[in-house]
Amino acid sequence: MIEARGLTKRYGDTLAVDDLTFAVQPGRVTGFLGPNGAGKSTTMRIVLGLDHPTAGEVLIAGKHYRELERPLHTVGALLDAKWVHPNRSARSHLRWMARANKLPYKRVDEVLELVGLASVAGKRAGGFSLGMAQRLGIAGALLGDPEVLLFDEPVNGLDPEGILWIRQFMQRLASEGRTVFVSSHLLSEMALTATDLLVIGRGRLISQTSTQDFVEQASEATVRVRSRELDKLGALMTERGWATRPDGADVLVVSGKTTDEVGELAGEAQIVLHELATQRGSLEEAFIQMTGHDVEFRSEIAELVGAPVAQGATP
Amino acid sequence: MTLLAVERIKLVSTRSPWWCAGIALLITLGFTALFVANSDDLAVTVGSTQFAFNLGMIIIMVMAALAITTEYRFSTIKTTFQAAPNRTAVLAAKAAVVALAAGVVGEITAFATYGLARLMKPAADLGLDNPAEWRQVAGIGLIYFFAAILALGVGILVRQSAAAISILLVYTLLVENLIVLIPTVGEQIQKWMPFTAANHFATAGIPAPVEGQGPPLLDLPYGPWGGLAYFAAISVAILVAGIVVTNRRDA
Ligand SMILES: Nc1ncnc2c1ncn2[C@@H]1O[C@H](COP(=O)(O)OP(=O)(O)O)[C@@H](O)[C@H]1O
Ligand SMILES: [Mg+2]
Repeated sequence: MIEARGLTKRYGDTLAVDDLTFAVQPGRVTGFLGPNGAGKSTTMRIVLGLDHPTAGEVLIAGKHYRELERPLHTVGALLDAKWVHPNRSARSHLRWMARANKLPYKRVDEVLELVGLASVAGKRAGGFSLGMAQRLGIAGALLGDPEVLLFDEPVNGLDPEGILWIRQFMQRLASEGRTVFVSSHLLSEMALTATDLLVIGRGRLISQTSTQDFVEQASEATVRVRSRELDKLGALMTERGWATRPDGADVLVVSGKTTDEVGELAGEAQIVLHELATQRGSLEEAFIQMTGHDVEFRSEIAELVGAPVAQGATP
Repeated sequence: MTLLAVERIKLVSTRSPWWCAGIALLITLGFTALFVANSDDLAVTVGSTQFAFNLGMIIIMVMAALAITTEYRFSTIKTTFQAAPNRTAVLAAKAAVVALAAGVVGEITAFATYGLARLMKPAADLGLDNPAEWRQVAGIGLIYFFAAILALGVGILVRQSAAAISILLVYTLLVENLIVLIPTVGEQIQKWMPFTAANHFATAGIPAPVEGQGPPLLDLPYGPWGGLAYFAAISVAILVAGIVVTNRRDA
């Protein structure tokens, strides 16, 4: 369980984190989503007591990070796989961490085995590929068998195999009842990994919901109807003040109504329907819709979803 | 105790401290050999066997500064504070381990150069006959010990290897020697420079090889042990400043 209250961090003129209040629950993977520069890494550094917040506080299992006696027993984190001395072996790197938290050296070999680095344990960490470095970082996070885990952009730069491995690993950790908090700037990645989403932009909280609710709230469900008597049906809908727009010659898209309502209206008017279906936008569309009104975010969203958004285009 | 073990693992699990220790030993041995080989028996005294201690000390100071600046360079300081959030305890433990290692290297180089001189000049008067002569040899380790604390403190404050090493080299090699050139007050200031005090501890009581030659002796207001205490106080003060600053700023 991670709880942040009014978390704010200012670096000179930059307001990196702006009054964030959130809670991350155990037993699930919580995605921390936002474009680059949104303040994800800063938030995570504050959670770990590395950066001092300008205002507000974060509690982990009810305590400040600095109050944790043997912190690696409570919180494991991988913020950056490069935070390793390149000339130190993987084993030595984990040994001093283990020693600092009174963990037996046996545990070092266990976690190296767990992440599949046992065979290169004595090799310099500087010679590791990104995937291996990432695994070493995860080994470090798992050392103390912690109940809370933080990962900052863990799949960045990994090959598909590595991405799949990490994704399944995080889901396994959550299924063991742990709190898993993982950041990403990729919505598509989070949709596959996270059950809950914490969305931020420019340091501000945009939404905290389940991934599913996020989509449902944000992406408006529309009803697609196909019929030979569209003119008649469309007129009836307009009469009732329903919002419609044509999609091709014989298709009408109705927003804000269910298939039930559309079906009943057509039935009353004795109109034959050839197709009646609910359609829902993708997660990417959901995000754009949720934040799209905020022109400030336009270019960031474009990057976030990997789709071009015309600059200066106002809805 | 735990943090001491952690810092010990960190220090010995990379190669650069070993290199620094080896170079410190070799360079002092080399210079001593050159000095002794070119001196007559009378000129070689217990004190003069240590004339190259400054060279080894500077290298050990580089080692001490690197012990913290490489942590900043590779961001392992973040991993360190993540594993042990009590920054004061972490840095105090690092200071203890690095200073102890420096002290051991200091003793080894001191007795190695002394032993080398005895081997090369069996006829010279090189017995450790009085406390002053013991201080001149065994005291070198104490100077290395506090010099390492000072260098670590500078490293903690500036966080960058190149900056820390430049400051330490320029200061020890130039500043303290040039300060005396300032008219009127220069000499007064020099008396209170830390490495002048450390040097006094190491060299007080060494007879000039030839009467009336060599640099003029400074008339210092403290004795050799006072000099060491003063040097130690300055070193610890710089370390404490580093610890205070580290607790305030982001890791
Ligand atoms: N140590 C720092 N000093 C100054 N500015 C920083 C620092 N760390 C982050 N920032 C700024 O804070 C903002 C948030 O950065 P960051 O937390 O890294 O975002 P994210 O991880 O979401 O990409 C950015 O504008 C970044 O430039
Ligand atoms: Mg980041």
